[in-house]
Amino acid sequence: MRTAVSSAWHTLNRPSRYFSIGFLTIGGFIAGVVFWGGFNTALEATNTEAFCISCHEMQANPYQELKPTIHYTNRSGVRATCPDCHVPHEWTNKIARKMEASKEVWGAVFGTINTREKYLAKRKTLAQREWTRLKANDSLECRNCHDFEYMDFTRQSKRAEQSHSTILASGEMTCIDCHKGIAHELPDMRGIDLGAPNSDTR
Amino acid sequence: MKIGLVLLLMLSSGLMAQTSMDSIATLRGDMPIAEQAAAPRMEQVENFDVKRQRSYPMQPPTVPHKIDGYQVDLNQNRCLTCHSRRVTEVSQAPMVSVTHYMDREGNFLAEVSPRRYFCNQCHVPLTAARPQVGNDFQDMDTLLNSTQ
Repeated sequence: MRTAVSSAWHTLNRPSRYFSIGFLTIGGFIAGVVFWGGFNTALEATNTEAFCISCHEMQANPYQELKPTIHYTNRSGVRATCPDCHVPHEWTNKIARKMEASKEVWGAVFGTINTREKYLAKRKTLAQREWTRLKANDSLECRNCHDFEYMDFTRQSKRAEQSHSTILASGEMTCIDCHKGIAHELPDMRGIDLGAPNSDTR
Repeated sequence: MKIGLVLLLMLSSGLMAQTSMDSIATLRGDMPIAEQAAAPRMEQVENFDVKRQRSYPMQPPTVPHKIDGYQVDLNQNRCLTCHSRRVTEVSQAPMVSVTHYMDREGNFLAEVSPRRYFCNQCHVPLTAARPQVGNDFQDMDTLLNSTQ
């Protein structure tokens, strides 16, 4: 083991005997572009709705629930796909989320939610994980499209305007505090606040 | 004689059925059975947050706002997020009446009674569609004032 490591280090440490410096620098640059491009293409390929719903767990449950909601079909045809809300858009956080997602591969392989019953039983845990994430990042994924700076309260309904101009504006609450279940059905909500405090929403 | 009477009855009832078939207006209109009529335009749900007058005594108040995608099931009742008796101070929404906490024996329960749980069985949002049947309901005060 020790000899293998030291011989590998010796090889790396030695000046090149046959290859020109031009070949090594330009070749290294090209190889870098190819590998980085390939990595990013693969990363983006996993960041599509088609990839998400290629697992039947996602296709049969959350995707079907998304379909009748405004984030799937609406008057202007602008829509949010799975990664728009569930994967951070910024690079560092995206990579962190992608590493976390390796646990979801484990889940898919071992079928932790491969039936409707298992999915319903696990729904609260899964939902709470997302709510915690969105609460912690101040609903960043909502705000990627719904920018508070550009909200025109005069074009909102009275109820919406009332809440948005007070508790949202002051930062006291964030989008997810009231808008849970906006794109998927809610689990048993006993003991969970939905907007108004102490609400008995069940 | 008897047979003749029966025959006459059968004939006349057949004729009646024929005439009533012609005069019945169906949802299809006068569209031939093999063709598909154009669907009427869907009306927009009203969304102005102002209470409406009742259209008849004891009418459940209508919902003056959109309720698209509001989940009302075993897990969750979205309406109660604002209309529950505990939160109306914050939400300023109309409070669910105490009768909704009564079971059919008149006992008060701690939570909304199961028979009153599904809000939109009675409370519905309205559209701006033209009413198909006219309504000349007048509330009691209007009636009393008009007779004086």
